[in-house]
Amino acid sequence: MTFDWQYMVEVLPYYKTALWLTVKLAGIGIMFAIIVGIVCSVIQYFKIKVLTTIVQVYLEIARNTPLLIQLFFLYYGLPKVGITLSEEICGIIGLTFLGGSYMAEVFRSGMEAVTKSQIEAGKAIGLSNSQLMRYVIIPQAFSYSVPGFGANCIFLIKETSIFSGIAILELTNTTKNLMGIFYKTNEALFMLVIGYLIILLPLTLFLTWLERRVRHAEFGN
Amino acid sequence: MRGQVPILQVKNLVKKFGDKVVLNGIDLEVGKGKVIAILGPSGCGKSTFLRCLNGLEEVQGGDILLDNESLIGDSTRWRDVRQRIGMVFQSYDLFPNLSVLENILLSPLKVQKRQRQEAEAQALELLERVGLADRANDYPRQLSGGQKQRIAIVRALCINPEIMLFDEVTASLDPEMVREVLDVIAQLANQGMTMLIVTHEMNFAKLVADEVIFMEQGNIVEQASAEQFFSNPQTERAQQFLNILQF
Amino acid sequence: MLNSGISVLFEGINMLRIIEGLLVTLRVALVAVVITIVMGFIIGIIRTSKNKFVQLLFRVYLEMFRIIPILVWLFVFYYIFPANFDLNLSSEVVAFIVFSLWGIAEMSDIVRGAIISLPKHQVESSKALGLSPVQMYRYVLIPQAIKRTIPPMINLITRMIKTTALLTMIGVVEVIKVGQQIIEVNNINYPIVAFWVYGFIFFLYFCICFPLSRFSRKLEQKWAA
Repeated sequence: MTFDWQYMVEVLPYYKTALWLTVKLAGIGIMFAIIVGIVCSVIQYFKIKVLTTIVQVYLEIARNTPLLIQLFFLYYGLPKVGITLSEEICGIIGLTFLGGSYMAEVFRSGMEAVTKSQIEAGKAIGLSNSQLMRYVIIPQAFSYSVPGFGANCIFLIKETSIFSGIAILELTNTTKNLMGIFYKTNEALFMLVIGYLIILLPLTLFLTWLERRVRHAEFGN
Repeated sequence: MRGQVPILQVKNLVKKFGDKVVLNGIDLEVGKGKVIAILGPSGCGKSTFLRCLNGLEEVQGGDILLDNESLIGDSTRWRDVRQRIGMVFQSYDLFPNLSVLENILLSPLKVQKRQRQEAEAQALELLERVGLADRANDYPRQLSGGQKQRIAIVRALCINPEIMLFDEVTASLDPEMVREVLDVIAQLANQGMTMLIVTHEMNFAKLVADEVIFMEQGNIVEQASAEQFFSNPQTERAQQFLNILQF
Repeated sequence: MLNSGISVLFEGINMLRIIEGLLVTLRVALVAVVITIVMGFIIGIIRTSKNKFVQLLFRVYLEMFRIIPILVWLFVFYYIFPANFDLNLSSEVVAFIVFSLWGIAEMSDIVRGAIISLPKHQVESSKALGLSPVQMYRYVLIPQAIKRTIPPMINLITRMIKTTALLTMIGVVEVIKVGQQIIEVNNINYPIVAFWVYGFIFFLYFCICFPLSRFSRKLEQKWAA
């Protein structure tokens, strides 16, 4: 296995751009996914009529279909019925659609992990529902949610690789294109792997640290 | 004066879980300043009874009157009632995300909208009384079970309730910590707090209670002064119950 | 207009071709799942070893598959072997390899987690009864651990099936590729066909994954009680 280091330096700018685009799209997608997740989990937690059913259907569809097909449908299917969206918008919508369902699950189980007796203790000192939410449920649910939330962020960043299916020039697609032009397979793939490591390794370490800190602060173990 | 004005009246209270009748028409009058111990085998409905008094369980029949005002009905503002009836649980349930002082001040500041200075002064005084003044800024995870339970009692007291409900508050404590919690409750009894206490500590009940209610299968089987109940129980079931507990 | 597009699905042998494509997808998934379950258990048990080197080795293996996207792994195996070792693997074989390696990594973590989460006194009382290590695993630990592994295992299988969608990107002629071929042929007469074909494949995946994830949730609820 040989490496052409000269070549790797030459294509570095392409990877820089691609890395930045990956981070940008993942960041925006995750942000919207958090919003969708919060809304859905609150609806589920309070079992709000009709809306709960709608959320349920959404969660099942989003979680049981591949992102690639979701993207193909958005990017190639929808224009045929008159809805044309740019690649990047499709990517963000797809990631939000998928990620929102994962986030909803994590937030909901976080809220449900807050014990019934904690809620009763809150009621017993006269807290209103919104006060219960603010001072008891949300702070505790947050600590319960941190590990799942972190795992979801990493998962969603990795899922951006699938954007290469709709011609977004993120890391994976850039690599594929460069391989097609220069046939420098080893170099291109090596840089691709390094690209993901640059994003994900520090994030993984940070999340492990955060998880430990939050658990200790809250529950002392 | 003690015990002449009924502050709490329970009339024919019925509670069902599905088809299962848990409280089968409970009648009780609690005089101001009285201490009532509620005894009985597990599953007799004594905890459920307390929980009904604080609106944590929906009831299917009967009435509860606080100062002659009914608490049953959709218009009941349990949030207001709970400021007059405090409750302490077996599992303490301090909020792990708040410090000791924040736990105690949450309701006085956010629900009762009192001045911080005044509420904090009261909280510190109560902490002093239960011997935990130096723990105000600790978090629940740093405390022992007995300490947590004393804080939970302070948290309930700081709302200035007229009645206190204690639901098996020593049941999950190590034996050497039971005493420190019971001492606090005995202190309250001496100060004339109206209390309903569900407990398995017979000696304690004998010591602090004015009256004893013995429950079985959702009914009050025997109701008597503490003295009489422990020295000369009238019903066979109560006799058996007390016998089992003695070696 | 919408109608004229959907009819393409039922024209000639189109539906049959899509189903055939789906079977290719499922074949890859099934083989990988079988390998995953068998090897996942073996490696999972090995990973409960207290040997630091063994722990580290498999931890690195697992993290590699957790951090690098599966699509990247597919590309790595698809392009690296022919370019460096003169070894031409068919895209389906590449898919078997990558999906199995990924599945084993995840499955071993599930098995390991299930075993080490068993109460410590289960190990201690087995030892107290004089069981050998093999007997301890055979009669005490594994039977208890299996129950805990099944719901997350089904979730893993669902994820693997969903991820088979990526096979089209390394040229496996599976359900999506077949769909694209049908679209290309009919695009001029019925531009709307893309909407229906992708919608239909979307629906097919849902029909496979939904019952599985539903089943795993039911088991979880049943066994949690």
